[in-house]
Amino acid sequence: MSGDLLSNKQEWPLWEVFIRSRQGLDHKHVGSLHATDAAMAIENARDVYTRRMEGVSIWVIESKNIHASNPDDAGSFYDPAHDKVYRHPTFYDLPDELKHM
Amino acid sequence: MDTKQLLIEYTLHLADNALILGHRNSEWTGHGPVLEQDIAISNIALDLIGQARNFYQYAAVLSGDGKTEDDFAYHRDSTDFRNCLLVEQPNGDWAQTIIKQFFFSSYQYFFFSRLQQINDQTFAAIAAKSIKEVAYHVRWCSEWVIRLGDGTEESHNRIKTALENNWKFTGELLCPASYEKELSQLGMSVDLFDLQAAFEKKIEEVLSEATLPIPVGKNMIYGGKNGEHSEHLGSLLTEMQFLQRANPGCEW
Repeated sequence: MSGDLLSNKQEWPLWEVFIRSRQGLDHKHVGSLHATDAAMAIENARDVYTRRMEGVSIWVIESKNIHASNPDDAGSFYDPAHDKVYRHPTFYDLPDELKHM
Repeated sequence: MDTKQLLIEYTLHLADNALILGHRNSEWTGHGPVLEQDIAISNIALDLIGQARNFYQYAAVLSGDGKTEDDFAYHRDSTDFRNCLLVEQPNGDWAQTIIKQFFFSSYQYFFFSRLQQINDQTFAAIAAKSIKEVAYHVRWCSEWVIRLGDGTEESHNRIKTALENNWKFTGELLCPASYEKELSQLGMSVDLFDLQAAFEKKIEEVLSEATLPIPVGKNMIYGGKNGEHSEHLGSLLTEMQFLQRANPGCEW
């Protein structure tokens, strides 16, 4: 692999890859890769991330389009939920047949 | 030559095509232009070597004299190989690699769709498995032909040069050797004439989208299917067969 490419301004954009492993399950983030456009990103994802039968469906999104929360905000974002157990729907009896809840 | 011998010859021809191009592609492993394409071309190499193994195993069964797939792959000389000249050509740059794969995969796609219909369970099974792999190879290298052809001035020039340099090997893909002619008269092999229109249409479609002119007036070169190879096959085999030649029968 060419080391020059990594420092090159013409480096291919980065894409995040999501794979659905079986029908009925969610797409899960599996990693990232480089590609010039969405079509190539899907093909690359097929070659890089599904070669051991991992998937039945692929999503890709250019990494720059993903906006993340700031770790510094963790306190105000998440801590207030700690003492509000009543928000959990734990008071219902679920039928045994219901999976993935 | 009796029918069994013809069938062995034919099976070896199909196996050799896949093995030699598979080996060529494997030469890119660790050297691909970017990691993702390094893996892509290595995946194709593995698909082709898998196809080769299936055909060699069938040839071993047909010959019935205790030979194994390894004997065919590692203990035959260049003149015994029946692959087309196209697949033994050096990889050159990425454009040359892509154009070789594009011609071969296009041929293989239409070939396997016909091979499925031959009245031979082993051939039909190999073809049914392989055609899914090849459908992806066609898609992958068509994309690349279009990207390079309709890309920058440099990429266009490179794929155009590759196209012109390799065009002369395309005739052999669809020109039957004597064993293919004899078997196809018995309905035991694919009649290559049946593939011609579909093959040409596919090539024209992709080249046109890639803004590449179809080379005209070029003479075709034949011989590989009858064991008359370029010097490139010799050096490929020297490397590929070294271990088994130096340590016959070794396993690990």
